Amino acid sequence: MEASVTLKKLKERFPGSILETHSHRGDDTAVVKKEDILKICTFLRDDESLLYNFMMDVTAVDYIGKEPRFEVVYHLYSLRYNRRFRVKAGVPESDCSIDSIVSIWVSANWFEREAFDMYGIQFKGHPELRRILLYEGFEGHPLRKDYPIKKRQPLIGPMN
Amino acid sequence: MLADMIESIAKILFIFGMNIGFFAPVLGWVERKQSAVMQDRIGANRADIFGFTVIGLFHSIADAIKVLTKEDFIPTGANKFFHTAAPFISLVPAIVTFCVIPFGGRYTLFGHDVNLVISDLDVGLLFIFAFSSLATYGAVLGGWSSNNNWSLIGGLRASAQMLSYEVAMGLTIIGVLMVYGSLKLTEIGVMQENFFRWGIFMQPLGFVLFLTCAIAENKRAPFDVPEAESEIVAGYFTEYSGMKFVMFWMGEFLEIVTISGIVTTLFFGAWHLPFITDQMLLSFFQFAGSNGASILAMLVNIATFFIKVIFFIWMQMTIRWTLPRFRYDQVMKLCWKMILPLSLINIFITGLVFLR
Amino acid sequence: MSDITKDFNTEHMVINMGPSHPVTHGTVKFLTTLDGETIVDLKVDIGYLHRGFEKMCENGTWQQVIPYTDRLNYVSPLINNVGYALAVEKLIGIDVPERCKYIRVIASELSRICDHLTNIAAGGLELGAFSAFLYFVEARDIIWDLIEMLCGARVTANYVRIGGLKNDLPDNFKEKTLEVFKKVRSLWADVDKLLTKNRIFIDRVKDIAAMPPDEAIAYGFTGPCLRSCGVPYDVRKAQPYLVYDRMDFEIPIGETGDNFDRYLVRMEEITQSLSIVEQAFDQIPPGPINVDMPQYRWQSKDDVYNRIDSLIFHFKTVIEGIKPPPGEIYSAVEGANGELGFYLVSDGSGKPYKIKVRPPCFALTAAMPRMMKGRFIADIVPTFDMINMIGGECDR
Repeated sequence: MEASVTLKKLKERFPGSILETHSHRGDDTAVVKKEDILKICTFLRDDESLLYNFMMDVTAVDYIGKEPRFEVVYHLYSLRYNRRFRVKAGVPESDCSIDSIVSIWVSANWFEREAFDMYGIQFKGHPELRRILLYEGFEGHPLRKDYPIKKRQPLIGPMN
Repeated sequence: MLADMIESIAKILFIFGMNIGFFAPVLGWVERKQSAVMQDRIGANRADIFGFTVIGLFHSIADAIKVLTKEDFIPTGANKFFHTAAPFISLVPAIVTFCVIPFGGRYTLFGHDVNLVISDLDVGLLFIFAFSSLATYGAVLGGWSSNNNWSLIGGLRASAQMLSYEVAMGLTIIGVLMVYGSLKLTEIGVMQENFFRWGIFMQPLGFVLFLTCAIAENKRAPFDVPEAESEIVAGYFTEYSGMKFVMFWMGEFLEIVTISGIVTTLFFGAWHLPFITDQMLLSFFQFAGSNGASILAMLVNIATFFIKVIFFIWMQMTIRWTLPRFRYDQVMKLCWKMILPLSLINIFITGLVFLR
Repeated sequence: MSDITKDFNTEHMVINMGPSHPVTHGTVKFLTTLDGETIVDLKVDIGYLHRGFEKMCENGTWQQVIPYTDRLNYVSPLINNVGYALAVEKLIGIDVPERCKYIRVIASELSRICDHLTNIAAGGLELGAFSAFLYFVEARDIIWDLIEMLCGARVTANYVRIGGLKNDLPDNFKEKTLEVFKKVRSLWADVDKLLTKNRIFIDRVKDIAAMPPDEAIAYGFTGPCLRSCGVPYDVRKAQPYLVYDRMDFEIPIGETGDNFDRYLVRMEEITQSLSIVEQAFDQIPPGPINVDMPQYRWQSKDDVYNRIDSLIFHFKTVIEGIKPPPGEIYSAVEGANGELGFYLVSDGSGKPYKIKVRPPCFALTAAMPRMMKGRFIADIVPTFDMINMIGGECDR
C-alpha cells in the first residue's frame, strides 16, 4: 500500500522515537516522542522519497485525565507525492513544552502561536510566542477542557 | 459710472449665483446620479418636498441643511486657527479664479459697452495659476493642523502632488500662449472666433496634458491619492465635519467648474459657436433691433459657453467613475517623467511651427 | 549626501492601520512603521472577530456545528458546510448518494464564484474602481438569489447535512441558473474590459507582493494565491472529493505570484466554476439525496410522524446527537481561498471532542509582513485584498 511508505520509512529511521502508528480511515498517523520532533520533522521534509513540503496545520488536543494530557498534532502534505501525514507528540501537563518547528516550516509560526494561545503549550525556540487570537491580559487557555465555558474575563481597559 | 457698477454687480451676482447656487449643489447631484447611471444603480431619489422628488435634486437641499446643523468638531491637540482656516483657504481660490474667465464676448447695450468677464486682467492666466496654487495651503494646513497621522500623510501627499503638477500645468499652457501671444483670456477668446483657430486644433497635445494636470491639481480620481479613502482613511480632511468638510468638498467641485471654464476658453473656442462669427450672430438677430440683437447674441454666447463647460464637467465625472486610483509614486512619476518632458516637447514643436 | 541627512532629525512614524480602517475589512490591525511612505516594519494583529468557534463546537452536537461553519468564511458558506459534512462523513465512514454529491458540487462552485466575485470587486473598489465593484456585486447578488432559491438563505446557508442535504434542488433551478450565468458572464466580460487591460490597474497590482513558489509553499499558501505562483495544487484535482474527478475543468496558474496573477487566476477560476456547474447539471442523476442510515441522518418527516422506529431515531439523533465511532481524521476541501481542512476527534459521544479548522487565509495573512516590507503603504491595499483575509475564518 503506497500510503504507508512514510510510516515504513519513519519506523526504519527512528525505531526508538515512534511510539505508535495507525491509519484510521486512511490517514497515516505516527505518535512520536516530543524530544525528537525536530529531527523527525526535518527528516519528513527533506527525505527524497517523502518531501513533506507543506505544513498545513498545527493544533493540540486536550485529553484530560490521560497521560500525557496534551497532544500536539501536525498535519503535513507532500506536493510531489500527493500524500498527507499526521504527526502527533504527547506533551505532559507537568512539562508543557515542545520544540518549535518554525525553523523547518515558516508557516508553523502562527499555528503554534494559536496552539499556545488556546492550550498554553510552550513552543521552545519560537520567535515571538505571544497570544494571537486572544488579547494580552486574557487569563487561562480557553480550549483546555477544564476551562469553564461560562467563565468571565476581567476588563483590561485601554492598553496605553 | 453707475452703468459700470450695475454691470459689475450683475456679472458678479451671475457668476457667484452660477457657481455657488447652481454648480456646487447640482454637481453633487450629478456626481451621484451619473455614477448611478454608470453603475446600473438608481441613485439618490428619496428626499422629497410634498411628495415631489425631482429625480433626487432635493438631496442637495437636504445635504445643505444637514451640514449646517452638524457639530463643528475640532479634535484635541489640533491647531484651532489653522484647522479653521484651511477650508477657507481651499474654497476661496476656487471661487475667485472664475472672475477672470470670460463667459461671453463684448456687446454694446443701450450705448454701454458690456464685457462679459468680471475682471478683464491683462495677466488673467497668471492670476489663475497664482490663486489655484494657494489652494495647496488649504490641503497642507488641513492635514497638518488636524493632529492625525493619516491627515499628515494626506497633507504631505497633497503638497507634493499639487506643487509638481503646478509646474507641469504651467508648462502645458506655454504652447497656447505662444500661439495666441496673450495672457489675457478675453483676447484668447476673441482670437478663437475662427473655428480652425480653436486651441484644440492648434494645441492638441497641450489640451490632453493640460486636462490631465488640471484633474491631478484638483486631486480628483484617478489622482486622488491625498484623500485615498482605502489607504489613508480620507487624507487631509479626515478630521473635518459639517460645514468645514463641505467647504473642502465645494472647493473641489468649483474647481471642476473652473477647470472646465479654462479648458473651454483656451482650447474650445470660449463662447463661440463653431463656424459662426459674432458678426453673423448679430446679423442673424437683426430682426430684434440693435439692442435686442445684442441681448440675444449675448444669451446665445453665454449658453454656448456654459454648455461647453457642462460637457467638460461631464467628462471629468466620467473619468472619475471609470478609472482606478494611481499609487502615490506613480502619480509623481507621471508628472515628472511623462507630462513634463512632453510639455517641453510641445513647446519646442510649437516654437518651430509658429515662431518662424 | 550622508552629511546632510545626518543632521536631519528624522524618525520613523508608527501608525495603527485598523482595526477600524477602510482597507482592513474583516477587522485586523496592521501596526506599521513608516519611513515616509515606505513600510519599514509591519505587524499583523488578528483576533478581533474571535468568537470561540472551537469551544462552541465542543459543547454542541455534531449537527449543531453546521450553522457555525456558515460563519467561518461568510462569503462562501456552502463550501464550509460541504467541507465539514465531508469530514464527519469520513469520520463515520459513510458515502452519500450520487445526486447529493452533484448538488454539493453545484453548491460549492456557486459559493466559490461568489467568493471570487466579492474578492475582485472589493479589490477594484479599494483601488478606486468603484464601477467594477458594483458590476461584480450585482453578479454576486443574482447568484445569491440562486442560493436563496436553493436553501432559503442568502448568506448563512446552513444547507448541507451530515449524510445528505436539507432539501433537493428546487423546481426550475437549472433553467434559472443558466439564465443567471448568462448575465454573470456578461458582467464578467465588462469587468474584464474595465480592469484586465487597464494600465492604471496593472500598474497598481503588477509586481507587488510577488512570492517565489518555494517561499509560498514554506508559508503554507494554498488556493489561488499559491496557484498564482505557478504551483498547480488544487485539492479538487490532487485528491478529488465528491465528483470532481468527473468534471472537466482546468486549474489556472500564474507565473510570478504577484497581485496581478492572483487577480487573473481568480478571474479564470470564475469561468471554470461556471462551467463546472453547467457540467454538473448535465450529469446529475435522479435519486435520493440522503443516506439511508437513520442513526446518522433524519428520515423524512412523514416517517417520523407515522412510524415508531423513525420517531425513536429522530428523538435519539436530536437529543443525543449522532455518534460517530471514536477516532480522528483530517479532511480537506478546496475552499475559495485555499485548502479548508477540518481535523476532527471523536470520543464516540454525541459531541465533538475536538474540531480544528485549518483556515486557508490564516497562513496567507501570516505572510503579510514578508510581502509588505520595503513596499509603499498604498501597496497594502491590493495585497491585503488579494490574499482575501476573511475575519470569520481567520479568527474563528
